[in-house]
Amino acid sequence: MQIYLPIAEVSVNAFLLLGLGGIVGFLSGMFGVGGGFLITPLLLFIGIPPGVAVATGANQVVASSISGVLVQVKRKAVDFRMGFVLLIGGFAGSWVGVQVFAWMTALGQIDLFVQLSYVLFLGLIGGMMFVESLGALLRSRRLGAAAPVRRSHVHTWVHGLPLKIKFRASGLYISVLPPALIGALVGFLSAIMGVGGGFILVPAMIYLLGMPTRVVVGTSLFQIIFTTSFTTIMHAVNSQTVDMLLAFLLIIGGVIGAQVGARVSQGLKAEQLRILLALLVLAVCLKIGFDMLLQPAELFSIATVQP
Amino acid sequence: MRRLLALAAALLIAALPAGADERIVTGLSQNRVQITANFDGSEILIYGAVKRDSPMPADSRLEVIVTVEGPSTPLIIRRKERVAGIWMNRSSVQIDAAPSFYAVATTGKLADILSETDDLRYRITLPHVIRAVGISEEADNSQDFTDALKRIRLKNERYRVDENSVQLVEQTLFRTDVALPANLTEGHYVVRLFILRDGRVLDSQERVIDVRKAGLERFLYNLAHQQALLYGVLSLVMAAVAGWAASAAFRFIRT
Repeated sequence: MQIYLPIAEVSVNAFLLLGLGGIVGFLSGMFGVGGGFLITPLLLFIGIPPGVAVATGANQVVASSISGVLVQVKRKAVDFRMGFVLLIGGFAGSWVGVQVFAWMTALGQIDLFVQLSYVLFLGLIGGMMFVESLGALLRSRRLGAAAPVRRSHVHTWVHGLPLKIKFRASGLYISVLPPALIGALVGFLSAIMGVGGGFILVPAMIYLLGMPTRVVVGTSLFQIIFTTSFTTIMHAVNSQTVDMLLAFLLIIGGVIGAQVGARVSQGLKAEQLRILLALLVLAVCLKIGFDMLLQPAELFSIATVQP
Repeated sequence: MRRLLALAAALLIAALPAGADERIVTGLSQNRVQITANFDGSEILIYGAVKRDSPMPADSRLEVIVTVEGPSTPLIIRRKERVAGIWMNRSSVQIDAAPSFYAVATTGKLADILSETDDLRYRITLPHVIRAVGISEEADNSQDFTDALKRIRLKNERYRVDENSVQLVEQTLFRTDVALPANLTEGHYVVRLFILRDGRVLDSQERVIDVRKAGLERFLYNLAHQQALLYGVLSLVMAAVAGWAASAAFRFIRT
């Protein structure tokens, strides 16, 4: 069944979109990530214009994060105060990101910029996650059930900065500057890459801020909802690139896939899950990277200019 | 004075091409196309007849050419070059206006039935349609860029040349189908019909097809462009409701 997308102005198969949403939802339910880093490249691959793919990807992440955060709020696993600090940074970062996006589009380098951001960040995070989880898996094999003892948090240089406040839910007393900066980076990436940024936020909260793992996922989802919402609105106002019909089909496929994925993940160990996720992230990174290095079949491209 | 006018009129009549008493009468199967959610391209039937006051000349064949031209938009054509191992857009050429869609249907090979002078005058074949658009000289070899425009758009069927696709019966009745692709640009599509003999255009006519988004597509498109903020908020509400409803539905199923 072909469906004409009013903003993207292309006609695609509705079941293909439901399927795409379903696969990404399955993976995001399985690994607990938003799936934005998969949906945007997949949309580009089926011929959705880059601007629409990024803006609509952000809109889709809003839906998957909301359905995720409701569970976490019930478990009291959301540090709202930390969430708000991250958010203030996130808004600023997203605003800058949308401006850069528009500027790069005008220069004709937006595809390259999006691809480079993907290769850089997916490569970095995927590589780190792979090494870390492989080590954890090997350790647990060698020592049997004895996992290393974790302190509630580790003191780093982050704890020496001014403007300290108490984050009770996280059990932290730290400066607001590092979380605000991390929030800004995530907001920026959300605008550029159409992702929620959970894959950066989660490791940053654990390793840089020393937050307890218990509240990390909920807080990250909380922040992502607002950052991606803000990004969606910014793109809608600045470049009219949010395709509601496209987002709707992806969301419907996504929520069904997410529930199935969550079931499947219950049968797997945490280390195994993390290794699989790392491999997935690296695979996406390599695919995009190779595409940039190989000579394209058609060197010329046509872009319409808004009169 | 009167004599002068009579002379002018006589000259005018003499200047008209031979066989000018052959005229086109045409019809379109539809003069509007609505792009709705399940729009998957459309086929327009263009038909007509040749009206004659005198018997048709026996020594030459009548030929028909039909063109359909979509609204023109400014374009940027970019070329990728290898920079430090990575393929990126380097040079570009801006084109002031190029048709978003162009189709030519004929009764015979264009090279045989259309003379170069009339092609130039009426802008019928692709090279003349594209050459007519303004090109600002930014790159040295702008010809490569217009060739690329033609090649890419022919490949994704935005431009098409269908020779021998007009059926002509008894040198009088003709019909052809022009397929409009699914990825249409909104606007006025100009249909031009030509009848020719010996490579020269005898008569031509113009019709307009109005292509518009309709229904949900129209509503969403207008909202996105005229009420951008409201549209953004609405897409968030849609996402929130869908996200919440889905998890609620699954909780309900599970319990």
